[in-house]
Amino acid sequence: MPEFAYLYRGGTRPESPQQAQQVMQKWIAWMKDLAEHGHMVDRGQPLERSGKIVQGANKSVIDGPFAEAKDVVGGFTLIKANDISEAAELAKNCPILERGGHVEVRPIMQMSM
Amino acid sequence: MGAAGAAPEGIDHLFRREHGRMVATVSRIFGMHNLKLAEDAVQDAFCRALEVWKVRGLPENPSAWLITAAKNRALDVIRRERTARRFAPELDRELRSEWTLVQAVEEQFSANAIRDDLLRMMFSCCHPAMPEDAQVALILNILCGFGVAEIAAAFMLTPAASTKRITRAKQILARSKRLFEVTSRRDFAARLPAVHRALYLLFNAGYHGASAEAAVRGELCREAIRLARAVVEHPLGAVPETHAVCALMCLNAARISARLDFAGNLLSLFEQDRRRWDQALIAQGLAFLESSAAGANISEYHVEAAIAAVHARAPTVEATSWDEIVTLYRLLMQIRPSPVVALNQAIAICQSAGASAGLAALQAIEHADRLAAYPFYSAAFGELELRLGHRESARGHFRTALGLARNPEEQRFFSRRLAACEGRI
Repeated sequence: MPEFAYLYRGGTRPESPQQAQQVMQKWIAWMKDLAEHGHMVDRGQPLERSGKIVQGANKSVIDGPFAEAKDVVGGFTLIKANDISEAAELAKNCPILERGGHVEVRPIMQMSM
Repeated sequence: MGAAGAAPEGIDHLFRREHGRMVATVSRIFGMHNLKLAEDAVQDAFCRALEVWKVRGLPENPSAWLITAAKNRALDVIRRERTARRFAPELDRELRSEWTLVQAVEEQFSANAIRDDLLRMMFSCCHPAMPEDAQVALILNILCGFGVAEIAAAFMLTPAASTKRITRAKQILARSKRLFEVTSRRDFAARLPAVHRALYLLFNAGYHGASAEAAVRGELCREAIRLARAVVEHPLGAVPETHAVCALMCLNAARISARLDFAGNLLSLFEQDRRRWDQALIAQGLAFLESSAAGANISEYHVEAAIAAVHARAPTVEATSWDEIVTLYRLLMQIRPSPVVALNQAIAICQSAGASAGLAALQAIEHADRLAAYPFYSAAFGELELRLGHRESARGHFRTALGLARNPEEQRFFSRRLAACEGRI
């Protein structure tokens, strides 16, 4: 079955512990749902919002990324689905959508034999 | 873990409950004047935990994880700010030196210290310079992790009014310089009545509350019980009045689940299926009531607990000792008279001496104007008029009550009573 990466971008911080609680519970439920339906490949990892960028022929190291908060990747998960439309359909339940963030769905590139 | 963390609740309330203890602990280290800084540090720590957990899943011991995150965040803040800021005066010197910093912070985060911090913060929130409703809002905000919007919903405030109430209260708290010290017997005893009162009001906000969401009201009651238990488990807090507060909360809370039928309709005491009352809570409540019967002083909490106990013990409405309840309300009117108490007394009089006597008592309530916006006041008139067969008058009263209803359950309830006047039910 083809595999896909979900890249989680943006999303606002909860405004109270009560809200954090609700966000947490929704994520747990969502991840559980993916796993129970056989879609989970790797839960993935959360990423710090900032780090370093190494670039150019002179190999300069700068702070970054300087993308807007709504575009910064906050983490990723690997899943499998029949095709990209199913993968996108599954992503519709991601709790990040309720908090102004978005999920980027990217097929893992397959080596065709 | 302390009283507050003892219940194996999974993660249902994890963030909210740990929040209170963490803010209390961090503000003890930073000093009360840095309350905002402490709250921000805890929020940062919690947001990090959330970021990691939502992808990786929950760790084995989420509480310990949160404590470590808050501790590390506190250390970061101290290292960053210590040249510019003063922290808690009694710790300031240790925090300034990298030699003593980590150990000093570790000590403050030890399990025992954290348990006391919950009480310290609770007592600090009941500052005499604050109005009672501000104390309750502050307890909810800091100790129960309710946000401004949630507090607005619980008390039917606008978000702006809710923000203002909490901001002002925090300014007073921040000016109080340090957390209330719970080791001094004299200070503790002096502040304790205010704490009882705030917890009682918190409970009532849930029990008789206006919030449109039944779930929110249930939360308020549960939080009040949790905090009251934390007080009663402290050696200085275990006085008869605290036992009475715990008793009345448990005995009343035992009826909460029976107050809504399966369709979510509000049921009066007369309609409830008593088999749905929570017998475990009733047993705890009765045990608290027994322990409260020490000493010479009878507080309003004793009397309210005794009233709730009469109901809890009665197998049916008819078998309820209404005479005893009338007597208890009379006593309550002497200790803490209020139109709401008088209203409840009138309803009890109706049960023990008939609808005409009840109506007379209802009409005799002093300062009844203060009940004008309370839907159950009109509803009580409606009920008694209906029993006396005055359908037209009853209908008018229920219509008024319906107009004053504060949430969907109340609306449906009064609609049902209105229909009863037409003889349809």
